Parts: sequence; structure tokens; C-alpha cells
Amino acid sequence: MSARARALLVALAAVLLALPQFAGSYLLSVATLALYFAYTGQAWNVMMGFAGQLSLGHSLYVGLGAYAAAAVFTKFGIGPWAGAWVAIALCVAAGAAIGVLAFRFGISGVYFALLTIAFAEFTRIGFDHIGWLGGPGGLFLKVGQRSSWDLANLRGTPAMFYYVMLALTAGAFALCAALLKSRAGYYWQAIREDEEAARALGINTFRWKMFAVIISAAMTALAGVFFAFYYNNLFPEQIFNIGQSIEIILGPIVGGVGTLFGPVLGAALLTGLADALNNLVAAMGWDIPGVKQVFYGIVLLLVIMFLPNGIWPPLARRLGLGR
Amino acid sequence: MALLEADALVKSFRGLRAVGGASFDVEPGSIVALIGPNGAGKTTCFNMIAGVFAPDSGTVAFEGRKMQGSRPDEICKAGIGRTFQIVKPFAGLSVADNVVVGALLRESTSRGARAVAMGILRKLRLEEKADLPASTLTLPDRKRLEVARALATRPKLLLLDEVMAGLRPTECDEMVAFFRELNRADGLAILLIEHVMRAVMALAQRVVVLHHGEVIARGAPAEVVRDPAVLECYLGEETEV
Repeated sequence: MSARARALLVALAAVLLALPQFAGSYLLSVATLALYFAYTGQAWNVMMGFAGQLSLGHSLYVGLGAYAAAAVFTKFGIGPWAGAWVAIALCVAAGAAIGVLAFRFGISGVYFALLTIAFAEFTRIGFDHIGWLGGPGGLFLKVGQRSSWDLANLRGTPAMFYYVMLALTAGAFALCAALLKSRAGYYWQAIREDEEAARALGINTFRWKMFAVIISAAMTALAGVFFAFYYNNLFPEQIFNIGQSIEIILGPIVGGVGTLFGPVLGAALLTGLADALNNLVAAMGWDIPGVKQVFYGIVLLLVIMFLPNGIWPPLARRLGLGR
Repeated sequence: MALLEADALVKSFRGLRAVGGASFDVEPGSIVALIGPNGAGKTTCFNMIAGVFAPDSGTVAFEGRKMQGSRPDEICKAGIGRTFQIVKPFAGLSVADNVVVGALLRESTSRGARAVAMGILRKLRLEEKADLPASTLTLPDRKRLEVARALATRPKLLLLDEVMAGLRPTECDEMVAFFRELNRADGLAILLIEHVMRAVMALAQRVVVLHHGEVIARGAPAEVVRDPAVLECYLGEETEV
């Protein structure tokens, strides 16, 4: 990373750290949502951007992670930090199952993507029938008091949730940066570019693709834990929804698939602009259901037409940074 | 014991017999050329050795170990490097990173792998293009990159699939000199598929001629090119007019 990129990163970190000092709770909730999508986008990017494996079912990991942590919390009184391990274990197992099924039997490309959708969909339907977890009626966490910080139980002010999400996002960024520079990063990119050539260079492509799925699933599991304790209510219909999966991947696609800053930039832009648009529509007194989805569609169309590699790569060149 | 022993290799694709019982050896430190007309089964032989697919019957032994049925990555780890006839650069990666991927097979750190990669790029005169995306390279440079990447895995045997095709005669001579030097200095054994006879004659110590999936001649280059069976398969039967 160049000195310029580092300076930019430090400036960005300073702004993000100071944000709760001057932002109201509303702005903070938008920022938290943007960070949530930056984080999940970063996790998805490990699989697609680095290793070239397209997942259209990442809501599976968000949902499993959220339900796992919420279930052990509400049923057994196990806190979110211990519950996170349950969530990770469950998501890694699910990701590994999909990976083994796909990579052992040579399912790749579009068919792999369909498989990921299938898993997310039948899990959604499955959770509708788990009465113990509320079924379609949802699983609810007791809403705690919102004035002080209780980090151990993830109950607290919006600022606390903002900082938790910021820490997760920063951690994911650092992890991805480290992975990209390691053997895994080189091997993943080789597999992404040409799997046969990668194999001929001694890379056990099955193993490294599995590793990408597992890392991505484990990262997304934590987003699910956050989701559960932030929103306090979970519905299979909502959390395993394919719309959730699509929203996760929009950020990296708009920002730049395979880049480190892309998912962050994309999530910030999309979440910020969509929210501004919602406010604008409301202020004008209009009632346009689905305006956000239409906006996402238009942005996606424009990016794919004019900046197929996303916004970040050309922006990075303009700023004189690496990638 | 030969370094590589291919014995009675047979491979059919949907009933079409591509290779029908081909046998050949590569001695340690030697350079062997596999030649023959288009469709003779040369690349199929390569793919069986490199583990892309297993032979229907027959064996491949490398350093005395049976290799048929092993995966390509296992075969590379065992010490057989290969290039692809249709070059397969990692287009989105830089030239240097392409070679680093190969070097990581025997290097534990990316830093060490980069040092190895830069050394190889220097030898192949690609060092000035190290930071360019591989997608920007010209065809001759892409062929060099294929070779660089395969060499980075530190093979004992290098399989070259038509690396001279598309090179100008001077570039071809440079490549020949490069491989000769590798062979002489490091004792690297080479098995090459080649149509450019200029390169075959200059490089190979032994030539194996395949035709319709069978070996029809073998021996020193000068002998083989005078063999009537070889001339016939390339030029057609000689007839009195």
C-alpha cells in the first residue's frame, strides 16, 4: 500500500471514529447500515472477488448466524460473544457442505450460483417450519435499555452498535488485506483467472476454493450476529430472502469486485444515496413503493455499462493510488 | 532408470482413438521432442502425463513412481512443469504475480517467491514488463510468461507444448538458446511438442514421431527426418510420375 493510500485510510478512520460525536441518531443508523453492507460486501468479495466463486445466497450465512446467536441467547442465556462461535461453526458447516457438493462434482459458474440460491431458499423455507424458533412468526430478542453500553450482551446505544460495526468492518478490511498478500490471495486470484492453469502450477484448487467459502461464511456469520442484536427480531422470510443476498453483492459490484476499497465505497454510496432518495421522496409527499430497488437497478445498470470494473479502480488511478 | 516412462498409453474420446499404445521415455537431463502431424495425439499424450485426464490404459512413471490417475497439482508437485499450447496467463494479474503464483509452490513466503520470480523474469527478458497486467502482453511474451511460470515451480521435467509457434526465427533461436542453457546448467529434462523443425533440430537429442496415436519412428533428429515412414506421414507417399 502506498503512503498516499495509507494517509487516506487514516483520514477516513478518523472521520468514522469521530462520527458519533456530531451525528444524530438518524444519521448514525444510516452509517451503521452502510458499514453493515461494507462488511458483508467484503465477506462476499473474498469468495467472488478473490477466488472467483459467485455466491448469490449469502443471506444463508447472515440468517444462520443471526438465528444461531439469537437462539442460544434467548433459549439458553448465552451471550453474543460466545454465541458468535456457534454462529461461525454453523455457517462454516453450511458453507463447507455447499463447497464439497459443488467443487467435488465440478459445479461451477452459473450453476454454482444457482446452488447457493437453492441452499438459501430451502433454509428459508425450513426455518418457517421450526416452531421452536418461532417459525414464520419470527424470533424476538428482548429489547434492552438503550441509554448505556453493555458490550458483553450487545445491548446499548446506537453509538455502541455503530462502533461495533465499525470495528467489524475495519477488522474485515485488515483481514482481507492480509489474505490478499498471502499465499491464499495469490492462489485465489490464480483460480479466479484460470483454474486449469492454477492446477498445473501445483495448486490444489479444491482445497483453496473451500478455504475461500469457509472464510467468507465465517465472516458473514458475524454480520448475522450483529443483525440479530441490532434489530432484535428475525423472520425467515426477511433474513434468508434473496433480496438480502442481492443487496449484499451490490456494494462490491458498484465499488469494484476483487478490490479492498470497492465494497466499502460501494456500500457507502448506495446506502447513503438510497437513503437520501427516500427522504427526498418523502419530503415531496410522494408515495413510491420500491423506489430504493429501482434506484439500485439504475445504479447497477450505469456501473455495468460505464465502469464494468466498478468505481474504485478508475478512482484509485485518478487519486494516484494503487488499487 | 528413465526420468519419465510412458508405457503403452491409450486414450479414446467418445470412441475416437486419439492415442493407441504410445510408449516413450525421457532420460534424466535429456531433451526429447514429440513431433507428428496435427491430430497425431501429441497434446493428448501431454495431458495424460500432466494429469489433465487419466489414460484408458497404460502407465506413466516419473522417477519410478506411477503417476497415472494423479491430479495435475500432484504431478506438478512431483516435479513436472508444463506450458499450455493455448497460453493461459492469469490475465488480471501482473506479469510478476503470474510467476509468483508458480514460485509459491516451493517458497514459503510471498517475499521469497517474488525474488525467485524476478530472477526468472530477468532470464526470460520480461523484467521490464513485470508490473504490467499479463493481459497487455504480446503473444511471444505470453509464451515466455508460460515458460517463466512453469519454471517457477522448479520442475525436474518441463513439458513444452508448442512454445515456439508464432515466434519469429530470431526469437525462436533465443528460446532455443535459453532452453539449452537451462538444460546444460541445471540438468533440466525437457519434453517438447513442436512443429517448428528449426527448433526441434537445434534442441532435441532424441525425437519421437507420433502418427494416428502411434509411435512410427524414434531416434536422433537427423535420422528421424530421413525416415521414409516419417516423410510419408508429413508429405504423403512418394509416387513415380
